[in-house]
Amino acid sequence: MTSNSEEPKKPGVGQIFLEELNNQFKPPKKDDKKRGGISQTILIPLLAVITGLIIGGIFIILTTEQVYAAFGQSFGAGLAAAWDAVSKAYSGLFTGAFGDPARMIAALQSGDELQIRRAFNPFLESLVTSTPYIFAGLAVALGFRAGVFNIGAEGQIFIGAITATFVGYSVTGLPAIIHVPLALLAGAAGGAFWGFIPGWLKAKTGGHEVINTIMMNYIAFRLSDFLLTGPMKRPGSFNPVSPEILPSAWLPRFFPDPIRFHLGFFIALGIAYLVYWYLFKTTWGFELRTVGTNPNAAKYAGMNVTKNIVLAMSLSGALAGLAGANEVLGVNRNLAMAFSSGYGFDSIALALLGNNHPLGVVLASLLFGTLRSGATRMQLTAGIPNDIISILQAVILAFIAAPAIIRTIYRLRKPTVEEAGVTIRGWGG
Amino acid sequence: MATTTNSQMFHKTFVRESPVRQRVMGVFFLVLALSIWFFFARSVDGSAIASFGLSTFQAKTQLDPWNLPALNTLYVLAVVCAILGGIQLSRGFKKYTNAVLAVVVGIFVFGFLVWATAGKSLNLVGLFNTTLSKAVPITLGALSGILCERSGVVNIAIEGMMLSGAMVSALVGSITQNAWLGLFCAVLTGAVLAYVHGIFSIKYKTNQIISGTVINIFATGLTSYISAKFMQVYPALNNPPTFGAIAIPLLADIPVIGEIFFVNNLFVFAMFIFIVILQIGLFQTRWGLRVRAVGEHPKAADTLGIDVFKTRYTSVILGGMMAGFAGAYFTLGSAGRFDEVMTAGRGFIGLAAMIFGNWIPTGGFAAGLLFGFADSLASRMAILGIAIPSQFLLMLPYIATMIVLAGVIGKGHVPAADGIPYEKE
Repeated sequence: MTSNSEEPKKPGVGQIFLEELNNQFKPPKKDDKKRGGISQTILIPLLAVITGLIIGGIFIILTTEQVYAAFGQSFGAGLAAAWDAVSKAYSGLFTGAFGDPARMIAALQSGDELQIRRAFNPFLESLVTSTPYIFAGLAVALGFRAGVFNIGAEGQIFIGAITATFVGYSVTGLPAIIHVPLALLAGAAGGAFWGFIPGWLKAKTGGHEVINTIMMNYIAFRLSDFLLTGPMKRPGSFNPVSPEILPSAWLPRFFPDPIRFHLGFFIALGIAYLVYWYLFKTTWGFELRTVGTNPNAAKYAGMNVTKNIVLAMSLSGALAGLAGANEVLGVNRNLAMAFSSGYGFDSIALALLGNNHPLGVVLASLLFGTLRSGATRMQLTAGIPNDIISILQAVILAFIAAPAIIRTIYRLRKPTVEEAGVTIRGWGG
Repeated sequence: MATTTNSQMFHKTFVRESPVRQRVMGVFFLVLALSIWFFFARSVDGSAIASFGLSTFQAKTQLDPWNLPALNTLYVLAVVCAILGGIQLSRGFKKYTNAVLAVVVGIFVFGFLVWATAGKSLNLVGLFNTTLSKAVPITLGALSGILCERSGVVNIAIEGMMLSGAMVSALVGSITQNAWLGLFCAVLTGAVLAYVHGIFSIKYKTNQIISGTVINIFATGLTSYISAKFMQVYPALNNPPTFGAIAIPLLADIPVIGEIFFVNNLFVFAMFIFIVILQIGLFQTRWGLRVRAVGEHPKAADTLGIDVFKTRYTSVILGGMMAGFAGAYFTLGSAGRFDEVMTAGRGFIGLAAMIFGNWIPTGGFAAGLLFGFADSLASRMAILGIAIPSQFLLMLPYIATMIVLAGVIGKGHVPAADGIPYEKE
């Protein structure tokens, strides 16, 4: 995001360097805007999503046997079958994500509370799925802002879930008003610790955080494997699953079962605002972003690069840890093996789709959460495996990462403003 | 070529002679010696015998198991470690430090085996044979990474390429009932994905880690999709023929070594061939010099008339083919079927092995063996009835990689232009 109009409040030592640096953050000039400076930051993700959906549709057609059979009969029948396959899949995706409009109206007319709840459940379920995405996406985005690539959100999510679960079932006799925050904090602390190690290694030894966080991921998997088959195993259970989390640590749900919509969603939104405030409204956040954009300038301006890298990785880990805590306290209410399904890698897509801005991340998370949640229903109704969402995600991410492709397809002009790219280098850097 | 190697060698020698490092290493050796005594020797019964099997029941010449008095062996190992530590502290092994480090760690591992086997028996041939086959995908992954990164392109998509190779080889192998055709298509798949990675990172100059992530997410989605939509519905589509073990005549009859090295399937032999070809190719041929020049200083290479883009494309695609080949190992060389996400992070471990092995093919193999050894030992821990949870043993290679990356063992030589897109002026 290039919209950073506020000046740093602290003049500090390296005023000149800061000014030099600020040129990179300057909002586009008026004549730049015509050439799509800020509008392209919204337009490109949008076009990427639309193109992704189109490519996904083509993919669905190509992998549907009936389409081939219909093309064998006649060209028209083939087209009809292709349209049928795609519309069935995407309408399944839509009703799975938002609910069936007809059913909603019918339920509202009938006035039956249970019917209404059932009809609106898909939409709320989408929000439930989005919640961990928001946390994990924020985690990666915060890292990117500081110039570190936290590819280890997955491991941090695991550790956060482990610590939150542990506090959730082992600490007894607390009222919910204390127990819930305590369990969430434990999750954040666990994730922060898991992020701190690679951050510290990067700052002190230069060991690249991408490799270190990948290694930390596997260590986290093995650790959870060990804990769930050993010390944290539910007594008397054959499966590797932790004891049930005490009700006092549950994130409160707003509606009776089967609706799982819980407080975590609003916490996620709150945290997203906090991250925004921290990054763009405080001196600390300014330092963090400066270190991310140009570590050398930051150093000359008297900023502590080491401290900021470690801080960024720890905060990033804490956010990822919250994602894990949120899932176990709000949805699962226990910790099972392999409970997290690829949030770590998805969150990279979210951060980039949201242009590393908290608001963008929230929107991107809502999109992907909705897609994921809808895909579960699409799998049932249209027989399209929900893995199609990963394919969509990869295609969208590819277009975001290489906007030149989107520009070529839609004949957009290259903006004159420098794009807020990701400044991550290979191992050598 | 000679100059690059020499300057590299010089650089390394310089690092190795750091006095701090000398002392740290010496203390480390002593700590290992002490641990052998403290953790292993103290808890072993004085009369216990560690019995190591030296041949499987299939071997032509059955060897008697190798029986060692556990306690005495452990004492000897501890003393040897301590002596080496003493020498290291007093005058240092200088440029042989890393070799001695390997020996000391080897002694420690052997001590562990003796302690674990005391009063029981462990088949060494089986252990090492499993180690070798578990090392195959990791080593091939490392080779794939070396090919890409020596030319200056970071490739974290090895995992995705492997997974796609595994899926395609199973699918094609099942349809045609021809394992060779399956293998060929796996290699082709790897090449196609690598070409995409090349377009992103070389042409569009996208961040290479993000480009790799895109391919990983795509590959996971695509393979799971095809698997769920077709391969699980029609079992005939997931029933490829496999490459069985081949015993090389004469060589296979050598006791111990023959059974470990010369009775294996195609992939193990291919791995050895690839290691040799790459080692020689990268460091002794003009092609290798060019690849490395492009990875170290693309501008200089360009000035001298080397086509940087073409060299990078070729290397990345060759790397992708290697990853696709490694993927076929999972289905055609091992499981005989495709399961969702069956590579289980081997590609990432291959990446770690590449770093561990200092971007050198033989080094990558050594690292692959280390990972494979931890893996195969972990699966035998339960049989030996050791109190240590196997998960901790499985964590060790990851921790070791992080230690290597932190530069404790000595700074590795990263290709200087690794991960930086080349802008032609």
